[in-house]
Amino acid sequence: MANVITDETIEYVGILAKLELSKEEQEQAKKDMGRMLDYIDKLGELDTEGIEPMSHVFPVQNVFREDSIVNSDTREEFLANAPEQKDGMFVVPKTF
Amino acid sequence: MGKWTDGVSRLKERHRYGLMRIQDMTAVELAVAIKEGKTTAVDAVRETIARIEEKEELYHCYVTLDREGALERAKDVQAKIEAGEISAPLAGVPVAIKDNICTKGMLTTCASKILGNFVPAYSAQAICNLLRNGAIILGKTNMDEFAMGSTTETSAFGVTRNPWDPARVPGGSSGGSAAAVAAGECYYALGSDTGGSIRQPASFCGVVGMKPTYGTVSRYGLIAYGSSLDQIGPLTKDVADCAAVLESIASYDTKDSTSMRRQDTDFTSALIADVKGLRIGIPDDYFKEGLDGEVKAAVLQAAKALEEKGAIVEHFDLSLVEYAIPTYYTIAAAEASSNLERFDGIKYGYRATDYKGLHHMYKKSRSEGFGEEVKRRIMLGSFVLSSGYYDAYYLKALKVKALIKKAFNDAFMKYDVILGPTAPTTAPKLGESLADPLKMYLGDIYTIAVNLAGLPAISVPCGIDKAGLPIGLQLIGDCFQEKKLLQTAYTYEKACREAAII
Repeated sequence: MANVITDETIEYVGILAKLELSKEEQEQAKKDMGRMLDYIDKLGELDTEGIEPMSHVFPVQNVFREDSIVNSDTREEFLANAPEQKDGMFVVPKTF
Repeated sequence: MGKWTDGVSRLKERHRYGLMRIQDMTAVELAVAIKEGKTTAVDAVRETIARIEEKEELYHCYVTLDREGALERAKDVQAKIEAGEISAPLAGVPVAIKDNICTKGMLTTCASKILGNFVPAYSAQAICNLLRNGAIILGKTNMDEFAMGSTTETSAFGVTRNPWDPARVPGGSSGGSAAAVAAGECYYALGSDTGGSIRQPASFCGVVGMKPTYGTVSRYGLIAYGSSLDQIGPLTKDVADCAAVLESIASYDTKDSTSMRRQDTDFTSALIADVKGLRIGIPDDYFKEGLDGEVKAAVLQAAKALEEKGAIVEHFDLSLVEYAIPTYYTIAAAEASSNLERFDGIKYGYRATDYKGLHHMYKKSRSEGFGEEVKRRIMLGSFVLSSGYYDAYYLKALKVKALIKKAFNDAFMKYDVILGPTAPTTAPKLGESLADPLKMYLGDIYTIAVNLAGLPAISVPCGIDKAGLPIGLQLIGDCFQEKKLLQTAYTYEKACREAAII
């Protein structure tokens, strides 16, 4: 296996991904990711010098619209899905 | 009578709808029967629910079933049809919706624990279009969690079984939708296709499935996986239904900034049995190692059938085929890691208990809420987008995507339609695929490049293997050429039916 994923890398990726992995999950993730990256490394066989990266298949530019209200007030329906709410607001754990 | 006629053996017994049982009708036939007063939307819903109740315990196509809602709605739609207020081609026909498409007031879970209690406050644009045309939603179908998988086994709510053989998977990720159509638990269904998630289950379940050109059906209200690749599309009993459903759901939508303004969405006008002079290219790269012998024979037999109807069939080298999967998994994982950031346990969905502070709450909710495959892809995506690796992986994949797009452009200079298998094999047994994720990813080899290049493609049944499992034929078209695909598929299907009757 060419790509060896270290504990530090998995920990760092866990922070980026906002995931908390158990020890076993970490070990499995190291293996899985190493194997996938070995496979993805196949793309290195292709010369892409001077090729423009293509993020969108059609030449779509920014799509603008008038800044006018088109939706109705659905605050209650949206709040109904919140794990915790109070006085028309989402409740989150204390942040300081 | 060739082998390719076997695939439509279930059609042998078909007669004009006057002699048919309601459940054997296609969606279009049922709508006509309702309009002519031969049956009603209410009867159609009642019979379908009875069939669901009989079969669902074994197949498990649905995650949510709305019996009362569907019956209420059927009464309302029936009254409107009788009053002449709705005359759309599919008015009154019961439909099943993949559970990653938002339905106002109806549970929409993405088959994930993290969205297990999510009730959308709005409907996807495709749903609004269906409802305006008099569709009756029966419920929401099972899928791989967040559409990540090829077997419907990563669902948090249990597997779906293939109606052709309950020991096998229905394919995925739109496995519940495909199985529901195959089992007669709905007349048609909507799925979504990011890397083959409509076409591959259609192939495994012996139904028709189409991924439209990117931007044809609004993604508004489709819970995002890989935004640059995702498209909603139909799963149906036959090609005519497929054209009718696509016509019903396609629309330009200002709420989706990648929506395309098209004037040519009258897809049913392409239901013409004629392929004279049509140029069909068969990529030799699609018939190499890994392709099952019976699948290969059935697909080539289908090409021959089209040739006999006047198409010009040639073999060619598409190139870059083996690079599509690594490109796809890099881009899809990157987009998924970004799209799934929104599941944070605050605005909706699952929130963990016992946490220390905000960040720990995020991490714990996500770790407990997401399944294994979803976490695997979020991790990979976070990695390929991280500083130091972005250029080597993500940017590299976007460059290869440009090369893949160019290879298709070159092919479509010479051919109207590219023909090949939908999947390398027929449906595997339950439990065979998940043990080795990389091997499972390789099964997407023929479908994935289509999403990278934004192309339309359709899977139609083209035979049955010795194990009695359906085989799918894939037809790929250039952007906005759905009509060519539908015309080709329709011609093929008609030839099969004629041969089957003889």
